[in-house]
Amino acid sequence: MARARYFIIWKELDPRRRRVFQVFSFIIPLAVWSLVSYCPAVWHPMVRVSDPGSIGHFRVDAMVQKGAFYRENAKALAEHRKPAQGVLANPVYLPAPHEVAKSFYKAFVTPPRLPEEPWLHESLWHSIKIIIWGFLISSVIAVPLGILAGTYRIFSYMTEPFVEFFRYLPAPAFAALSVAVLGIYDGPKVAIIVIGTFFQQVLMISNTTQRLDPALLEAAQTLGARGLKLFTRVVIPGILPDVYRDMRILLGWAWTYLIVAEVVGNSTGITWFINQQAKYRIYDNVYAAIIMIGIIGITTDIFLAWLGSELFVWKSRKRSILSRLRTVYTTSRTEPETAQVSHDNA
Amino acid sequence: MTMHDVSLPSYLEQSPEVSARFRRIAERPVVLKVNRLGKTFDGVKGRIQALHDISFQVRRREFISIIGPSGCGKSTLVRILAGLDDHSAGEILLDDREVTGPGRDRGMVFQGYTLFPWLTVLKNVMFGLELSNSSNGISGVSAEQEARGWIEMVGLEAFADAYPHELSGGMKQRVAIARALANRPRILLMDEPFGALDAQTRAKMQSYLLQIWKNVDITILFITHDLEEAIYLSDRIVVLKANPGEIQEVIEVPVEHPRSPEQFLSQEFLATKKRLEELIHPAKDAEDMLPIIRMTQVGDDVY
Ligand SMILES: Nc1ncnc2c1ncn2[C@@H]1O[C@H](COP(=O)(O)OP(=O)(O)O)[C@@H](O)[C@H]1O
Ligand SMILES: [Mg+2]
Repeated sequence: MARARYFIIWKELDPRRRRVFQVFSFIIPLAVWSLVSYCPAVWHPMVRVSDPGSIGHFRVDAMVQKGAFYRENAKALAEHRKPAQGVLANPVYLPAPHEVAKSFYKAFVTPPRLPEEPWLHESLWHSIKIIIWGFLISSVIAVPLGILAGTYRIFSYMTEPFVEFFRYLPAPAFAALSVAVLGIYDGPKVAIIVIGTFFQQVLMISNTTQRLDPALLEAAQTLGARGLKLFTRVVIPGILPDVYRDMRILLGWAWTYLIVAEVVGNSTGITWFINQQAKYRIYDNVYAAIIMIGIIGITTDIFLAWLGSELFVWKSRKRSILSRLRTVYTTSRTEPETAQVSHDNA
Repeated sequence: MTMHDVSLPSYLEQSPEVSARFRRIAERPVVLKVNRLGKTFDGVKGRIQALHDISFQVRRREFISIIGPSGCGKSTLVRILAGLDDHSAGEILLDDREVTGPGRDRGMVFQGYTLFPWLTVLKNVMFGLELSNSSNGISGVSAEQEARGWIEMVGLEAFADAYPHELSGGMKQRVAIARALANRPRILLMDEPFGALDAQTRAKMQSYLLQIWKNVDITILFITHDLEEAIYLSDRIVVLKANPGEIQEVIEVPVEHPRSPEQFLSQEFLATKKRLEELIHPAKDAEDMLPIIRMTQVGDDVY
């Protein structure tokens, strides 16, 4: 077997190795977490008391600092009293992987403490709705504006200086203001997402539009395209896949504003759930909820990436089975020049 | 160059067939007239006179090449003719009408293919036809029919539904030619269209182009820096020089039609090539010698 060469700049790995390393990217943090959780020698600064013995202020299942536990026991032994017993543990805020895995399931089936409080899935859905609305409202205005600014200088000059200024203002700074204007329910939350996304979106889409190959515009002009036709027939289709990719990135950014948005007004959604669980000190649920956000994010992105490669076949350089067959057929019967057909597909 | 030692006829000598052909061409109407064209760029190092006092005419169905060293303004000239750049002086007349801006009466083929990557071969070729549809009411069906005809002509009917990224360089350029011709332009402008292709593919493309030119009512203005390509393809060759870009000479190619690769070794071909080399690579001057210190041992010589 040929020795794999991993340290060649920009050298792609074969698909099997690639997949192995991609799995590794999750295994490594999980391994670190497991090591810290299951190997007492690594950290474990606390002791979980299993028998308080003669020590008055110890309780069963209470977490005590390791140092304090040993000091109390030494004192008890010196005075010939019964020492306490316990096992080394990590602080409550760092539950072990299996505990978090368990609460992943538990969190969904555990009814809320108060009857009017939402279940976890309801909280999640609420968060997703906030994101969708915020992103939608931002996109409806920012995408056309960004494309116009990237195409016609007049729009660029009329929007970009202000947008550049505004994007430095942190979205949470508008929390109080948006509550005053939009009330305490979902309005201000959506507004925070919109403010956080919109300005980046305009700039990003405008930038993408400006990267269109100018030679294509010139070619279209020599074919008789002018004015609006150039815009609709060349600019729009030419940038569509890149705009789509921008949208995927921006959707990710919209999620990062969620936690801030959801504490505006009355706390709701996954943020409310996380804060509530932290208040009850059920940290495995907190971790489960945080990981849940990650899972939702990455599955959406993987799905959108796949959808994009299907929508923009010409950009992803995928080939339909039909055209593959056609190439094989023609290469076998025509001039050698066509044999280069798939060279840029390699 | 051994070529210069052999005694060749003058490139100005024409066989009776060739001179008869030039007389016939001279009777045809002028399609493109370039009058005292000039172009200056305002660069960082001041004004650059890219083109100066360029005048020539192209008659219907003539194949004219423009040749010259790199940077002499060939691309600038063809871009001005296409209407993609403005000129600073003079005028351009297409069928006696002044050219202002790009238009479908002048087709263009670029070195970089410039196919629309999001459109299939068929849709690329239909691009210009569909644009004109709205104005003169050709139906979509007939536009497709017509486009398929052009694709067939460049031998790519099997690839009508393929995307540009699935094609080789030569195939892309054939699509670009079909796309330009589908618009039925008065003149086809080509800026080093085969410059990026390998020698074999280029030879094939040259022969395709001659076949297309023979069978389609089209006038061709072809930019190249390849001397043999210019002689093989053209009726006339406009030789430019650099700084400023000016016409040195307009050569009537004395090689007979129909052209074939065997003619590369004919007397007329070699005589023309010799003349072009004299014009484009004048006698070696000191600039061509690199100031290299000897870094090999004495006696260890390659020649
Ligand atoms: N946009 C421009 N701005 C300034 N100078 C230019 C520009 N385009 C071309 N030139 C100059 O004009 C001259 C001719 O260029 P070009 O037409 O590209 O030459 P060629 O195609 O013959 O190699 C060169 O000296 C080049 O530097
Ligand atoms: Mg050039």
